[in-house]
Amino acid sequence: MQTAEQTLNEILTLAAAHFKVPREKLSPDDDFFKALGIDSLQTLDLLTKLENHFHVELPDYELQGVSDFRTLAGKIQVRL
Amino acid sequence: MKDFKGQAISWELKNGVIELLLHRAPCNELGSLSLNELEQFAAALDVAEKDAHSLIVHSELKSGFCAGADLRELYERSEQMEKSRAALGVREFLERIHRVLNRIDASPLTTIAAVHGVTFGGGFELALVCDLIFADKLARFAFPELRLGLIPGFGGIPRLKRDLGNGVVRDLLLTGRSFNATKAQQIGLVSQVVGEGEALRAARATAAQMGKFDRHTAAVAKQFIKPIPHDELRHEIDIFCELFARPAVRAGLKKFVESTDAQPYLP
Repeated sequence: MQTAEQTLNEILTLAAAHFKVPREKLSPDDDFFKALGIDSLQTLDLLTKLENHFHVELPDYELQGVSDFRTLAGKIQVRL
Repeated sequence: MKDFKGQAISWELKNGVIELLLHRAPCNELGSLSLNELEQFAAALDVAEKDAHSLIVHSELKSGFCAGADLRELYERSEQMEKSRAALGVREFLERIHRVLNRIDASPLTTIAAVHGVTFGGGFELALVCDLIFADKLARFAFPELRLGLIPGFGGIPRLKRDLGNGVVRDLLLTGRSFNATKAQQIGLVSQVVGEGEALRAARATAAQMGKFDRHTAAVAKQFIKPIPHDELRHEIDIFCELFARPAVRAGLKKFVESTDAQPYLP
């Protein structure tokens, strides 16, 4: 099983590629809404991308209040 | 009428395929404008069906297929009216949109919803009237109505029950969570999952194939396998209207409309 750090890195890489933001500008504790410049609809795109990439289901209510990549990675890690 | 260009929807009949396009920003919210034009579309179907074999419903907006009912309009109109008049207005709206959706559901054409992005609430219900749903990888489906103190009101539950197991219906309805396209295909809701931006192309390819089949046989087969749950649909309107009269709904709508939450679409 991959480590939490690997999961976090993959999320950052995937988010950077999908929303066309330079990977080096994203940090684990960034607010992803601000860092990626996305709204709630685009957040759903990110959620879908992550579910498809990691082959997990992430109920959207688990994302309520989650706004940084590190916490997001933790939510995914426990479902791997 | 072979083509129409409206403010919320447009349609065109070409080579036996009617394409119904949704294009009302931000995400094809279904309000009175959309309903007026959808009623025109339903009336036009009577003529257009004679020259067509398939119907494709899709959205040209990047945000998605359809985010559902126009909650802002629903809230603002309700606020301007007395409670009893608002309730009557909601019932009338629901009965009108049910007539349109039942008409599409019962069409002898083979109907395909080509969806991407947000396919929530009334948008999900619009897709469910179609015979087939093709989804791109980023499509998501949800019934978030319970967060407003409501149930889906455009025929969603009876149609979902028609197509899927009751356990899945309960999951979607009671949790309000959204399913991605892969999950939706696993449970039998989506026929084909395609790459990003490819749903319309796949729908057109399938519609072209449908054009090779005998129309009468296809229509008879559809009528046999896809009954319209009229009693449950009427019951759904009654339940929706009963719930709509409760104060919790106005509070829920107000909260949604005034929300500055970064994730208002998340249940």
